Amino acid sequence: MTARASLLSGLAASALFAFASQASDRSASLYQMHEKLLNQDGEAIDLDLYRGKPVLVTMFYGSCPATCPLIIDTLRAVERKLDEPQRQQLRVLLVSLDAEHDTPAALRQVANTRRIETSRWTLAHADAAAVRRIAAALNIQYRQLPDGQFSHSTIISALDEQGKILVQSAELGHADPEVLRAISAR
Amino acid sequence: MDRAHICLASLALVAWGFAASAATTLDAHIAGGQFDSVLPPAPDVTTTVVAPFRLDTAVVSNAEFAQFVRKHPDWRRDRVAGLFADEGYLRHWASAAEPGPQIARQPVTQVSWFAASAYCEARGARLPRWYEWEYAAAASSTRPDARDDPAWRQQILGWYSKSARGTLPVAGASPANYFGVRDLHGVVWEWVEDAGSMLVSDDSREQGDPNRNRFCGSGALSLEQKDNYAMMMRIAMLSSMKASYSSSSMGFRCASDAGKGP
Repeated sequence: MTARASLLSGLAASALFAFASQASDRSASLYQMHEKLLNQDGEAIDLDLYRGKPVLVTMFYGSCPATCPLIIDTLRAVERKLDEPQRQQLRVLLVSLDAEHDTPAALRQVANTRRIETSRWTLAHADAAAVRRIAAALNIQYRQLPDGQFSHSTIISALDEQGKILVQSAELGHADPEVLRAISAR
Repeated sequence: MDRAHICLASLALVAWGFAASAATTLDAHIAGGQFDSVLPPAPDVTTTVVAPFRLDTAVVSNAEFAQFVRKHPDWRRDRVAGLFADEGYLRHWASAAEPGPQIARQPVTQVSWFAASAYCEARGARLPRWYEWEYAAAASSTRPDARDDPAWRQQILGWYSKSARGTLPVAGASPANYFGVRDLHGVVWEWVEDAGSMLVSDDSREQGDPNRNRFCGSGALSLEQKDNYAMMMRIAMLSSMKASYSSSSMGFRCASDAGKGP
């Protein structure tokens, strides 16, 4: 955190009349959300389409020039580090932040260009309200910029078979050992 | 009970009913326009355009939120999904469905972003976006944008430095501003739709910044108008809250695009 952001956080803390209560352990499963999505082939899917499998879930947008390809590379790096049976079990869900432009057709294009195997990976479109809720649940911050790009944090969440968030990683470019540990333990 | 007493009692009921529904109307119609926010839309871009919108004239009260909870029991504190609300959610209410008469007309607090969003959605509305909220809050009683008025700034800072101990004022009790909107300063913090987007940070593309990799696009935003402390406190507060958190000083109101909403 930069100096100014730290200062502001301090300000916020002292401005708090009563402290926000801590996040609780009840917040178990992402699948408590019932969001309707569309996959890259235009099929209606639920957020819990991969219930029963370990899942890596994160958010991106199709026209992202630099970091989003890196997200896909990072997810692939995790896959490569797993042994074959684990790799066959793992599922990957990428939900687009760009409700306006990332139509199923646009997502199919991304999948083809990036040679994404959609039997185990899903690129998903959600409407703007669902994008906000899913991002909030995954602790992903994002903002659309005037030029149509998005400024967003990149957090990859590893979910267990019931959708419980096991670990969240902000590391890009390589397989985060914590993510690998969480997935391998399944 | 004699007739006079009955009459008084029904008057009180009418008055209570009026106060309880005061915030539910999206009654402020705000034309919007060009606006220099304390939070610039992008690096090197200082002005944003606020589209016409409607805004509740008061923050949502406990009584209003209780109506929602009774209609949508998934949002009772004893049934809400843990993903959507922490353990502080509506903890101050007398029971899972009733705030109790002492706090009925006061602003609802101890609500998560998810709960506030669901409440507005149930009304065919949404939470205000930060720029809308800031735009409405820039007004004094006589001017739509009084931010360059030192006396107005001083008044706001006075509100923020007040001790918040004791009970909250009744929702809608503070004076209306230029747009007819109340409670924007000195009552509670308020959730906004894009609370998860404030990204308070210096340029995240800086070399050696440990947060650098967390951001895509043009990097994070920085703050302008650094002497606008009241707004910076709000942004810092919102940035420190996760969407499931609740706080005894965080409430909300609803908004809609112009021409939408009930």
